[in-house]
Amino acid sequence: MAATTHIPVGLGETEAMPSKLHGWLVTVDHKRLGIMYIGTALFFFAVAGTMAALMRLQLAYPNSTFLAPEVFNRLFTMHGTSMVFLVGMPFFAGLANYLTPLMIGSRDMAFPRLNAFGYWIFLMGGILLYFSYIAGEGLAGHGTAPDVGWFAYAPLTERAFSRGTSTDYWILSIMLTGIGTTASAINVIATVISMRCKGMTLARMPLFVWLMLVVSSMVVFIMPPLTAAQIMLLLDRYLGAHFFDTQAGGSAVLWQHFFWLFGHPEVYVLMLPGFACASEIIPVFSRKPIFGRAAMIGATIAIGMVSSGVWAHHMFTIGMSTASNIYFAVASMVVGIPTGIKIFNWLGTMYGGKIRFDTPMLFCIGFLFQFLIAGLTGVMLAVAPFDWQVTDSYFVVAHFHYVLIGGLMFTLFGSLYYWFPKATGKMLNETLGKWHFWLLAIGFHLTFDTQHFAGMLGMPRRIYTYPPGRGWETLNLISSIGVIFQAAGVACLIWNIFRTLRKGEPAGNDPWDAWTLEWATTSPPPEYNFAVLPQVRSSRPLWDLKHPEDPDWRYE
Amino acid sequence: MTPTATFGNAGVVEETSAIQDPEWVLPDRGRVGVLCLIATEFAIFSIFVVAYVFYMGKSLTGPTPSQVLELPIWATICLLSSSITVAIAERALKANRVRSFQIWTGATILLGLEFLRNTAVEWRHLINDFHLTITTNLFGTTFYSLVGLHASHVVIGLTLLLLTFILGFRGSMQGEGRRFELLSWYWHFVDAVWVAVFTVVYVIGR
Repeated sequence: MAATTHIPVGLGETEAMPSKLHGWLVTVDHKRLGIMYIGTALFFFAVAGTMAALMRLQLAYPNSTFLAPEVFNRLFTMHGTSMVFLVGMPFFAGLANYLTPLMIGSRDMAFPRLNAFGYWIFLMGGILLYFSYIAGEGLAGHGTAPDVGWFAYAPLTERAFSRGTSTDYWILSIMLTGIGTTASAINVIATVISMRCKGMTLARMPLFVWLMLVVSSMVVFIMPPLTAAQIMLLLDRYLGAHFFDTQAGGSAVLWQHFFWLFGHPEVYVLMLPGFACASEIIPVFSRKPIFGRAAMIGATIAIGMVSSGVWAHHMFTIGMSTASNIYFAVASMVVGIPTGIKIFNWLGTMYGGKIRFDTPMLFCIGFLFQFLIAGLTGVMLAVAPFDWQVTDSYFVVAHFHYVLIGGLMFTLFGSLYYWFPKATGKMLNETLGKWHFWLLAIGFHLTFDTQHFAGMLGMPRRIYTYPPGRGWETLNLISSIGVIFQAAGVACLIWNIFRTLRKGEPAGNDPWDAWTLEWATTSPPPEYNFAVLPQVRSSRPLWDLKHPEDPDWRYE
Repeated sequence: MTPTATFGNAGVVEETSAIQDPEWVLPDRGRVGVLCLIATEFAIFSIFVVAYVFYMGKSLTGPTPSQVLELPIWATICLLSSSITVAIAERALKANRVRSFQIWTGATILLGLEFLRNTAVEWRHLINDFHLTITTNLFGTTFYSLVGLHASHVVIGLTLLLLTFILGFRGSMQGEGRRFELLSWYWHFVDAVWVAVFTVVYVIGR
């Protein structure tokens, strides 16, 4: 074959360090950029995770003086901002970049240079955000990172209340990452629409690609409200405009509307890539095609559309009209229907399957249980009167960490074990993987199950300490102990990655006996992905190749 | 049915003879990309328009729009006609008439500049004679932001048009009809936004 004569420069090639580094710096290859996105996301995950651990340490005991209040404010702001914009979003961009062209049988993304631009501008944003720890100025003097919370409510962010530059670091860095995210979303859409290989109709496209298409379409419409609101905030802060200046008739509530018009769909933008991974992993490890493919696609589109019209359920306590409250409560509950369809379809896929309990599948099963509970507390919070009781409490914290860790992070870790062999050619160690899963699962439940109860008992969010005697002590201590298990789990992953890169078992092209096109090429794939562009006739092209006697296209 | 082609590097074989559809034409990626860009820009403008409408009549002090704004009819005529000239330029380029392309692109640029000149005159009038700045009241805040956001898009469009105009002298525009078409889409979008801004700011809001 032609491919064997040309040896591509890829991972693990022996090459002088400077030219290797140069190769990564100037690359426009979607696979390298994907790896860079995911590597950067993992780095910021470690940083923001450490911040969370520091906060849990502070909250382990009542009246603790481990962290000063202003330090604590910066920590929760930077933790939330980083996890959303520097971990969740680049993880999505990285997976979409690495896998979309491979899955649709293309040689690269539609706009490779735009792709590189997106990554570097995103990285700039991340560096700028953390540079505030050195250069930011605030009430507390030099070296003040943003401390206004990840949703930066007005008028707290106005010049009168946020002196110095720390809030500007938040605005500008997030704006930069937003440009990067929009660039990669546009790229994904153009790639999926215009770069599919012969025979890859929309009906045959892998669910992963479908979900990435929906996520990217959402990004195109939801980043602008945030960017526009941030431009207005900058105009307020530097040109003396009055958008969110209540003393001149401006409205602080308008910021909330704009922010959540971005912020709520954003939750689904973060979560749908998790669904995308689960939709690829669960069928392969159940040895069955996905149950209800068309319903899955329909449910995804429904989630995308409905979730764009429910933003004000974050604002039940601002005093909206009863009609608005009822609308946003009911609309929020409606999201549960397509999400429920998805959960039943994953269960239907597993039902009667020959399930293999490898690490990727373990993470997906954990995800199913945990995401179900996250969804149920979500329906509870959608009930406006209930929300009035627990808003801004640890119940909310527990709910969205159940979504973003129990749901998203578990599937992303699963995807890491699933596609790591493809990206590097080496298998991650299964034993360490299982340690990772169980430690993380135990730690996760210790940390976040208890927070539901602390919230019900009235513990507010974002407090840096609390007095004893309110029934919160034991719950908080257990919650903090859980962090040790979670950290140990993540340490297993990091050790696993380093160990595998040095002396991992070779993976071969198709270690999981899967059905999508990325497993048809070598591991790692050459720069051009496919020597000859594939042609497909069903939604499981690799199954067709492996089973010429019983191909899927006979039935589709 | 003989296996005639391979794909991938793993040595897996596909039967090409079984593929039924020899015609496999997908939409042009540039068009998809520019449409997405326009969609995201559209969303940004929507937010600024919403802010404008939300604050209509909520200023605590004067001046109000009805006291100071005049219908910018001449500017609107210029900008809307530039959509026609850019379309003619696009057709000329696609027909390989580069000279004609340059004339019509030049006309588009002049019309765009005339629009910007009108905006500048209007702003100077508002600032000097009515003392309306972005800090004066909510009307000033929302007016200058929305109109300014649009004007900055006109500047971006003019910069790109000027680039193609100069490249035309170097003969580099030959055969670039498809890419110029994408630029013309952006220009049409900027014009369409002006229709919305005109309606909201000068007709409904006045």
